[in-house]
Amino acid sequence: MSNNIIDLKNISVSFDGETIIDDMNLYIRDKEFITFLGPSGCGKTTTLRIIAGFQQPDSGDVIFDGKVINGVPPHKRQLNTIFQRYALFPHLNVYENIAFGLRLKKTPEKEIKEAVTEMLALVNLKGFERRNISSLSGGQQQRVAIARALVVKPRVLLLDEPLGALDLKLRKDMQVELKNIQKRLGITFIYVTHDQEEALSMSDTIVVMDSGVIQQIGTPTDIYNEPKNAFVADFIGESNIIEGVMRADFWVEMAGHKFKCLDKGFGVDEEVDVVVRPEDVDVVPVEEAMISGVVTSTTFKGDYYEIIVEIKGFKWMIESTHNQTVGSTIGLNIIPDAIHIMKKSKYSGLYGDYSSFSEEFDELSDATYEEEDE
Amino acid sequence: MKKKSSLMTHIAGSPYIIWAVLFIIVPLCMVAYYAFTDKSGNFTFDNMLSIGKYTDTIILSIWLGLLATVISLVVAYPLAMIMAAKGPEKQSRMTMLIMLPMWMNFLLRTYSWMTILEDNGLLTTGLNYIVDCLNTLPNVSLDPVHLINTRGAVVLGMVYNFLPYMILPIYTVMLKADRSLVEAAQDLGGNKLDVFRNVTIPLSVPGIVSGFTMVFVPSVSTFFISQKLGGTGTTLIGDIIETQFQTANNFNLGASLSFVLMILIFICLAVMNKFSDDDGGVVI
Ligand SMILES: Nc1ncnc2c1ncn2[C@@H]1O[C@H](COP(=O)(O)OP(=O)(O)OP(=O)(O)O)[C@@H](O)[C@H]1O
Ligand SMILES: [Mg+2]
Repeated sequence: MSNNIIDLKNISVSFDGETIIDDMNLYIRDKEFITFLGPSGCGKTTTLRIIAGFQQPDSGDVIFDGKVINGVPPHKRQLNTIFQRYALFPHLNVYENIAFGLRLKKTPEKEIKEAVTEMLALVNLKGFERRNISSLSGGQQQRVAIARALVVKPRVLLLDEPLGALDLKLRKDMQVELKNIQKRLGITFIYVTHDQEEALSMSDTIVVMDSGVIQQIGTPTDIYNEPKNAFVADFIGESNIIEGVMRADFWVEMAGHKFKCLDKGFGVDEEVDVVVRPEDVDVVPVEEAMISGVVTSTTFKGDYYEIIVEIKGFKWMIESTHNQTVGSTIGLNIIPDAIHIMKKSKYSGLYGDYSSFSEEFDELSDATYEEEDE
Repeated sequence: MKKKSSLMTHIAGSPYIIWAVLFIIVPLCMVAYYAFTDKSGNFTFDNMLSIGKYTDTIILSIWLGLLATVISLVVAYPLAMIMAAKGPEKQSRMTMLIMLPMWMNFLLRTYSWMTILEDNGLLTTGLNYIVDCLNTLPNVSLDPVHLINTRGAVVLGMVYNFLPYMILPIYTVMLKADRSLVEAAQDLGGNKLDVFRNVTIPLSVPGIVSGFTMVFVPSVSTFFISQKLGGTGTTLIGDIIETQFQTANNFNLGASLSFVLMILIFICLAVMNKFSDDDGGVVI
């Protein structure tokens, strides 16, 4: 039945009595690009380590190609890892680093040379054979790590935030390169990141995680357009998450207005979370508007303005190509297609309000800063 | 070894220069001065030429020092590995245990070994009891064990006294080594032995080199251990140098012996460094 290469069944892990992975179930299809996405500390690396065999689950099964491989040590698994900090061997040069896996397999010297040369070409590092690892830039080290893992022809490549240490421009280039390599070689990539943009642009499937629990699995479009709960909606892109009440199928009431929507199957008068993406809100004259509010701040973002509007005590973020004056009242319209209804969850009320916008922003930039520091 | 550049940068920091001149350069010059002068201060090669008759002693010293260093390495390496693999709490406890004997006086430690190794000491008596038992078996006839005043006892004394200097640098390097390197090697298909050979050992080379230096140098030039545990049969170069200064009152010969010993040690370490590639990073 399956073209699944890896199945995780009821995996749980705890460290020092603290549950890190909680009853995880997941299947990974052969040749797909799957991404684990989640905030720092949510258990992404731990999940990878379970798949690679560096971490034994407390309970549950890891299945590879239909066989349970729980006790199989890492060196006997047909998968390779790009470590969060590359883990290149400092005592070996570029050539020897890449040749490492082949040497262990006692490959003839001639084949090693061919394979290493081919890999260096693949990752655009021709002529770097004799270079010392410490003399390479972050991006170059990263590519050596990729070459070192790919040269042994794994069926699955695990990548733990491989682009985390690179600057934005290089990161974008490497995203494209990685995606190309994956398509060209036709191997399964299991990718870890906490950068939602990266996840959206590269993946076939995204697994959104929080505190050791999978929140949603789906294609990038699904995840973006139909987030399952407030956590996912907030983590993937910007969202306004407003408390609403389903008055009937296709009718939701929020911010004091009844909106037409495309969702049904909720109980009458059931309380729900409503997601509206900032780019889906239209600014219109107040007299034609469904709802209206006071502009509290605007920020120029290059190709659009980010405008915070207060409506009935709740701050919305909207994106518009036209700027608005702070303090003025503007009208807003939302078409049915732009409204997404979610059931209440433990994350309700925690995310999606831009009242604390500036604080949140500070936190965010701190986090990025730390990340680059590593 | 980028001695030059590091020296250049240090020239800027004058405290270092003052320190170096006071404690390294001046003593070295004094050793050299005494080595190449006679009693009345005239330049001479006589001291150097008379060293020839101590060749055997010098060779014996280097040989025993080398033996002690290699044995220390063999003992220390697995110990350091075990320590580095433990949790932080156990680590500090084990480091403590290794340091503990060093807090005791060096003389005291060596005297204790004297009593242990004596002909009617604890160890010898015990071993001889076993020998006697074995001798009751048919076709077995072993000589009684004699430990004190042998070369073996001297090497034992060196290993015992200097072992911590081998363990600690190796342990430190292993502790600093990135654990993910071991995982990367496993990931690429390496079993335990492969990982040990191709990652653990090469990465610990700097520790081995400095441990080697720190055990070899004092072992070669020791005099007390050989006097107490080696008896009259095992006179080392350190003993002879000591005699020149303490009893023979021939500073010039003593200085020239030290001078030659220094050069020989330097050559040994240079060879050692050569073998361990260029990233040994040992400062002598
Ligand atoms: N060996 C360990 N012992 C104890 N706790 C651990 C261990 N490894 C991981 N943890 C804990 O497990 C949690 C998940 O860690 P994990 O490394 O999987 O996070 P992550 O999602 O990869 O985060 P990041 O994005 O920061 O890399 C963290 O709270 C971490 O402190
Ligand atoms: Mg991680």
